[in-house]
Amino acid sequence: MDKNQRQVRLMRQSLFDQGFLDEQFIQLEELQDDANPNFVEEIATSYYQDSSRSLQTIELALEKTPHDFNKLDGYMHQFKGSSSSIGAKKVKAECQQFREYCKAGNGEGCMRTFQALKREHATLKKRLEAYFQMARQAGPIETACRPK
Amino acid sequence: MDSSFSSPRNDSFPAGLRVLVVDDDPTWLKILEKMLKKCSYEVTTCGLARDALNLLREKKDGYDIVVSDVNMPDMDGFKLLEHVGLEMDLPVIMMSVDGETSRVMKGVQHGACDYLLKPIRMKELRNIWQHVFRKKIHEIRDIESHESIEGIQLIRNGSDQYDEGYFFSAEDLASSRKRKDVDSKYDDKDFSDCSSTKKARVVWSVDLHQKFVKAVHQIGFDKVGPKKILDLMNVPWLTRENVASHLQKYRLYLSRLQKENDIKSSFGGTKHSDYSSKDLQGILSVQNSINIQQNDVAHGSYRFSGNNLVAQNADPKSNEGDIKGIVSEPVAEPKKGTTGNIPDSQKTRSSQMDFNSSYAETKKGLVGNVPDSQKIRSSQMRVNHSFASVESEVNLTAFDSTIPATYSWNQIQLEKEHKPLIQLNNGFSKPLLPGPQHHFQADQLQSIPSISSRPSIPGGDVTGSSKSKPSYSEYTNHHGSRVSPTISPTISATDSFPGQTKSCVVDHQVSETISTSTSNMKNQGINLSTDLESAHRNLILGSTSPFASLDDEFQICWYQGDCYGMNLELQNVEFSEYTDPTHVTEVPAHLYDALRFEYPCDPSEYSVLDQGLFIA
Repeated sequence: MDKNQRQVRLMRQSLFDQGFLDEQFIQLEELQDDANPNFVEEIATSYYQDSSRSLQTIELALEKTPHDFNKLDGYMHQFKGSSSSIGAKKVKAECQQFREYCKAGNGEGCMRTFQALKREHATLKKRLEAYFQMARQAGPIETACRPK
Repeated sequence: MDSSFSSPRNDSFPAGLRVLVVDDDPTWLKILEKMLKKCSYEVTTCGLARDALNLLREKKDGYDIVVSDVNMPDMDGFKLLEHVGLEMDLPVIMMSVDGETSRVMKGVQHGACDYLLKPIRMKELRNIWQHVFRKKIHEIRDIESHESIEGIQLIRNGSDQYDEGYFFSAEDLASSRKRKDVDSKYDDKDFSDCSSTKKARVVWSVDLHQKFVKAVHQIGFDKVGPKKILDLMNVPWLTRENVASHLQKYRLYLSRLQKENDIKSSFGGTKHSDYSSKDLQGILSVQNSINIQQNDVAHGSYRFSGNNLVAQNADPKSNEGDIKGIVSEPVAEPKKGTTGNIPDSQKTRSSQMDFNSSYAETKKGLVGNVPDSQKIRSSQMRVNHSFASVESEVNLTAFDSTIPATYSWNQIQLEKEHKPLIQLNNGFSKPLLPGPQHHFQADQLQSIPSISSRPSIPGGDVTGSSKSKPSYSEYTNHHGSRVSPTISPTISATDSFPGQTKSCVVDHQVSETISTSTSNMKNQGINLSTDLESAHRNLILGSTSPFASLDDEFQICWYQGDCYGMNLELQNVEFSEYTDPTHVTEVPAHLYDALRFEYPCDPSEYSVLDQGLFIA
């Protein structure tokens, strides 16, 4: 295995080990085939396009006070569903936390969590972009090895 | 499968299954499309519920199954579910990232065959074809049962396994687990077995089931075994295997009843669940449309057909209260999504949903939203039986509620002139039985006195149960194993009854309102009467005409498939209602005949069971 391929493997493994991605990502990898050779990347791209818009909506909603927790919860519910599509584990955790704060009517908590969520969202994006780029360079390698 | 399963894709089934996926999240839509394609299904995607409905309407026969997200911007997923169930009668699987029990329950109630949790795995999608399959089987069964009477051997596809799966799925639906059980159960199943096997399915008719139960009682429930039962039953064509599987179902049913019983006893009495009258009302509107069903397909999962149990449409406040009590009942278990997945529920629920078989003549009628507690109820409800002549919507909810009914009914008027409990036919709003008042009071269900031989009152809950007993015994004497004999004498006993309407209207207060409010709904509301028998009769009566020919009608009803179907369906359903096993003894075998649906309050435990277990 050449250096690049090894690198890709490591990058991928660390995404799992560090809790950025979960099982769903592997499901996506398994779906990738000759008909859709870049399936995973396409899905990730689609997710980021969609989720960025959602984040903006939530941000605007958070600026309106008093907070409409029901609405916020609804948005976040949707965002969580969307994040589950690529297996964005940390992002999902923040979503869950946000929803808890909504249920408790804790506006402060919501805002804080939202900031954390945006950070996780951005971090994952960078990691994935780097990963996909490297993967393209390295050429096709075996994927879908389930993390321990 | 038999040649009756004549899909052009028959040979390669489930490959080529036409799936319509509806999800507002574009990322998920892409993923699901890819997953389904990998299962060799034919996929159509849709981002909006309205678009989906349009697609479905344009090509009525263009899809086999619908998979839809619960949260969508333009239309609530549950609404879509109802529409699909009603208009197209396709199995619908719900999806959501939210696996909360109440949501799943709602899904099932609205008739989802299954309820999947996001993120969705490939293997969950691989199995969705079972819902389609199940539905087809039921449809075939319905059609065939129309053609022949008792003893028909329908095609039996190696689906005893499906039955079980069905069972599971309904239950699973209740729980919020991801259908692990179902998955594991079906994962390795070679579906080609089912499609190619041509074993005939045993149809557990009322008589047959009655014999079964009689045999079980004779032997003693503790010592019962398939061989012993088989010997006692003395039915030449029945195999030990048939009995064994039927017994298993019966046992499950009983245990469920026990559970319900426990819950019941701790149940305060006014329970109320999410379902309050408003739900019912909502449902009512849907109901008229018929069939709700859905699949249960799900395996059991709830395809749950849209069964909206319209327990009571009535809106009268009082009724609502009652209904609440009944409906809300102990719902101990969150039913999981029906097989389909409704989160779990797989079996029972789905099966229930699946029941939505539409009978040849009328389309579903029964649909009730049953709060989880009563699995059976839901299943029954789902069954949408369309009675041959009448589209009677039997509110099974009424039936189910042996327990709740007691609570609520007590309040309800028993004082009233014992209106007939079940209102089967439209327009029968007047209470029929002036006579046996006492009987009514005691019985919650009050089915027409003559009809219900059983005191509907649940064991401990009902007040005045003692009153009913005498009448009960009186009736029991008359009741033989056949419905007809019991009915006739009783009918004459109740005066005015025969004259009044064709159907027995069992009606709790609710029914009145209901009858007026919903013409189709016949049985709504009243179903609460626990006396399934009466309810059952009512149903039948409703659909047929005068009592005089009750016997015939019963027979006809039974076998017309509507009823039959129902029963079958019900059987799969969990029997939630029977609370007291001890009461069983009171209920003579004849009850079984009559009661397909029933969910008698107490005594009928067994009768209910019997009914429920029709499917082999």
